[in-house]
Amino acid sequence: MGEGNPLGCEQPAARLDNQAEASFGQTPWQTVGPFFHYGLPWKGGADLVGTTEIGARPELFPAAHYVLGAPVPKGDVPGERIAITGRVLDAAGAPVPDAMVEIWQADTAGVYASAADPRGAAAGDGGFTGFGRCSTSNDGEFRFSTIRPGRVPGPGNSLQAPHVAVGVFGRGVLKRLVTRLYFAGDPANEEDPILALVPAGRRETLMARLVEGGAWRFDIHLQGEAETVFFDF
Amino acid sequence: MKLNPYRPEDDGQPPSLFPPYASTVARSPRHAPIRIPQTLTEITGPAAPWSRLMGPAIADLTRQHAGEPIGQRIVIAGRVLDEDRRPVPDTVMEIWQCNAAGRYIHVKDQWDAPIDPNFTGAGRVITDAEGAYRFTTVRPGAYPWGNHKNAWRPSHIHLSLLGPGFATRLVTQLYFPDDPLIEIDAIANAVPPAARARMVARFDIATTQANFALGYLFDVILRGRQATPFEDHHG
Repeated sequence: MGEGNPLGCEQPAARLDNQAEASFGQTPWQTVGPFFHYGLPWKGGADLVGTTEIGARPELFPAAHYVLGAPVPKGDVPGERIAITGRVLDAAGAPVPDAMVEIWQADTAGVYASAADPRGAAAGDGGFTGFGRCSTSNDGEFRFSTIRPGRVPGPGNSLQAPHVAVGVFGRGVLKRLVTRLYFAGDPANEEDPILALVPAGRRETLMARLVEGGAWRFDIHLQGEAETVFFDF
Repeated sequence: MKLNPYRPEDDGQPPSLFPPYASTVARSPRHAPIRIPQTLTEITGPAAPWSRLMGPAIADLTRQHAGEPIGQRIVIAGRVLDEDRRPVPDTVMEIWQCNAAGRYIHVKDQWDAPIDPNFTGAGRVITDAEGAYRFTTVRPGAYPWGNHKNAWRPSHIHLSLLGPGFATRLVTQLYFPDDPLIEIDAIANAVPPAARARMVARFDIATTQANFALGYLFDVILRGRQATPFEDHHG
């Protein structure tokens, strides 16, 4: 302890903290709380193919305090354009207005824009990043503009059905809840190795439904009769 | 295809349901999560350059407006590591906090403490090749909240990290040493006692910048890799 003491005086034993060897381990999760809007969801974060400003909620703080960055041009992203919409709902079915949803998905060929995908190159010079972030509205709504992903290899020789990984954050959500969005009616769902691990009676909670105008509806029930299936890995 | 999955969450993580933090009661699942193997989906994750995804780095939260914010100027420095103490380079850490008086720049924050027009409280840093980061800000204040009678949040800075894969995502809060509010805070106490200290920064005179700012050290530890990669026989 004397080392850090400019006076060289002897000190009592230090309390445990972030730097203590005895406490080393994964940094614990904590909630994003209710006031993350000026810090996390940037304008355009929910538009993976265009340059709209969806995703952010700049009306929740003065304009001079928006510092997060402008929508970035994505180039000509190949694939079927889709919208993903839905609501985050609590145990009583009430909308959650201070939640945030993130998505992570492959491109139309089933390749991730990640250095960890040995088949692809990271999206270094623009193009499809595969990552989106959207804060929920006062009605608990979120909306993403993206493409329908291709099929991605699964364990063994399996092939996963087209899916989008989804993370849910919010006030009262101590750690991210992770689920998956699948596309209802896709024949590949029948042979998806992850869906096969979900009891048949609950698989429906993972199915987005096509509604008007090419939007896929995916409500996330944090709790209640229709509680969404969440995953751990 | 060779996949090198991440280790599971350790016993220092909070549960989703922690009734002393009242908002968790209606917002946490009642079913246990379903355990799935990590596939390419979980192992891959969004990639740099971060400026193309979410915007440029903002490492000095005291220089975003015409004047300087009120408050104790501080520097937070540290490294982002995995559980094997390997640096996590070129990864993004997003930062947000309230001002020195404990007020967020947010219309829904109705606490009667002053807003500081010179302080937003949002930043973003990218780790270097050694996983190191550093940012300058002011020390956030404590503030009351409605969780229970006379509830106060300890001073804290919110930190959000993506890490190298979807599986390594982390959002946490940094607390300050010797803050008496930590031990009576419903959110910090959701973390098992043995791991709570991981969220408490250390004051460090070597990090302190003479005649400028107090320095604190805070390392972020993300999930590490399983010991041995397994061969995934995909054709």
